[in-house]
Amino acid sequence: MSNEMTVAPPPQPAEAPQPAKPGKPASLWSDAWYDLRRNKVFIIGAVLVFLLVLMALFPSLFSHVDAYNPATCNLANARQGVTGAHWFGTDNQGCDTYSRVIYGARVSILVGILTAVITGVVGGGLGLVAGFYGRWVDILLSRVAEIFFAIPAILGALLILSVVGRDNSQKWGVWVVVMALALLAWPLVLRIMRASVISAKNQDYVVAARALGAGSGRIMMRHILPNAIAPVIVTSTLNLGVFISAEAGLSFLGVGIQAPTISWGLMIADARARFLSAPEMLLFPALLLSITVLAFVMLGDAVRDALDPKLR
Amino acid sequence: MRNPSVETQGLPARGAHAADEPLLAVDNLHVEFHTRQGVAHAVNGVSYSLNAGETLAVLGESGSGKSVTAQAIMGILDMPPARIPAGEIRFHGTDLLKLSDKDRSQIRGQRIAMVFQDALSALNPVFTVGWQIAEMFRVHRGMSRGDARKKAVELMDRVRIPGAKQRIDDYPHQFSGGMRQRIMIAMSIALDPEVLIADEPTTALDVTVQAQIMELLAELRQESNMGLILITHDLGVVADVADKIAVMYGGRIVENAPVHDLYRNPGHPYTKGLLESIPRVDLKGQELYAIKGMPPNLLEMPSGCAFHPRCPYRRDECATAVPPLYSISGTRSSACHYWREVFDGGSR
Repeated sequence: MSNEMTVAPPPQPAEAPQPAKPGKPASLWSDAWYDLRRNKVFIIGAVLVFLLVLMALFPSLFSHVDAYNPATCNLANARQGVTGAHWFGTDNQGCDTYSRVIYGARVSILVGILTAVITGVVGGGLGLVAGFYGRWVDILLSRVAEIFFAIPAILGALLILSVVGRDNSQKWGVWVVVMALALLAWPLVLRIMRASVISAKNQDYVVAARALGAGSGRIMMRHILPNAIAPVIVTSTLNLGVFISAEAGLSFLGVGIQAPTISWGLMIADARARFLSAPEMLLFPALLLSITVLAFVMLGDAVRDALDPKLR
Repeated sequence: MRNPSVETQGLPARGAHAADEPLLAVDNLHVEFHTRQGVAHAVNGVSYSLNAGETLAVLGESGSGKSVTAQAIMGILDMPPARIPAGEIRFHGTDLLKLSDKDRSQIRGQRIAMVFQDALSALNPVFTVGWQIAEMFRVHRGMSRGDARKKAVELMDRVRIPGAKQRIDDYPHQFSGGMRQRIMIAMSIALDPEVLIADEPTTALDVTVQAQIMELLAELRQESNMGLILITHDLGVVADVADKIAVMYGGRIVENAPVHDLYRNPGHPYTKGLLESIPRVDLKGQELYAIKGMPPNLLEMPSGCAFHPRCPYRRDECATAVPPLYSISGTRSSACHYWREVFDGGSR
């Protein structure tokens, strides 16, 4: 009786096999982007970073007081505490802390990005060469990298910056700090890139590319680099936060950024002696510094998860 | 024994063919690997030749030196640790081993190309297949992006990938194993090579797909009259496609034969063992024959005939004297002192 009820549905016309996802096919990078857009950590980190970059580029959007104009400071108002006119209080010179915190973002972001880019390019480039050519090229570059690697970062930077001296630091601005940090940090990137290149180099597609007539340069740039660069991007993003806190640390110690340039590290150093009577002087620059480092670390974490799900 | 080739200046022109020279001839090739444990003799005097339009199957188990020989022909051995202490690889009569790196790279991929075993790992995962096929034309033929792309679609059609136009922008991982191997083949034939080396092209594939890929290779060979070297450990795969077979063991060729003669009547105990260890329906229920023992350790090759520790025909002489390739007939040879016994013995 049930025979009559189970009428076979008309056979479906055989469909052409469809790719898994409609639209643009997924490469590693578009896959990673797809993951990132759905990652809350990435979105929070990206929004914060966007605001901070905006702050660094156009501080006047966030504060109507120009912190670099000494006329805005009034010694009579020194260490006033939080008031309606001065949301974050005023510092030892009677300058508005809020506007100084906003203007201080530029140095931090600049040092972070420049150092990350320079270490990424130098360390990544040398790592590519070392891993690809191997033998004496690798031995030479790796040993040089290890020498730099052996120097404790903060001590090394202190040494370099005190040798360079305060006058030169003032003349070259953020570049002195950037170069000191980059000099000590590139070996880390070299190591990561080198390891990643060596594993990519032994992949069948590299041998296959060679067997199909590709030359060394083409193999290096087209077949190895795109497959080996993900860990370097991840490390560089994570390092950005580290460089920002290192800059603050060095400025705090008096060897980094020099006044009158505004830096969070310098502001924290100025506030240190009066912490008990005027805690807001230290609190707000430290808070912004923490938020900035956190934002870049969140971004780096999310990028790592997207590019290498195995590390999660 | 042969005159060392004198035509080392410049490359032989395409199509220019020395009448008495085969398209590709490997002559007494030796390859060794210098490792921390000692010197591994991977290839010990291999010779074979290939004519245009001919298919040679090189048969052997892992470690027999079949792939290393192919890599030496391609010039993709890492040297060091590899070294080629002796031998010639003549292409149109020109010894490739004597060419400069630059001349060599003019041949690699363009005149002699190679298909690898596992197409998924042999394709670059970050570029679309279309980009990778088109790259061959852009780099070696200097075509524009648009023209190269058109050629890529043509090639994908030629290796019979359904919906080539729609699939050209897909990435390798979006294709099935058989389709990926077709893409690999498309890339390798892109520049119309005269010799195509396929190193276990079907090992990673289903049996039904294996047959399709073999058919495709055979057809492409016929269309363009190229020489095809099929490297395999699977006797079944090559039976319908190959013209002649070279069986390798322990870095040497142990038997040369036209394919059907070899199946009918093997001339070497190793070949015979291989043929008898193929499962057959008519022998269902009986224990499957297996060659006893293990393949030789390349660092410590057995003395005399490398196969003697595993050989049911062995005599004392086998442990001391390396058997030369005895000629059985015009087209057949066997490196066994007692080939007559093997040859006449029928099946055990």
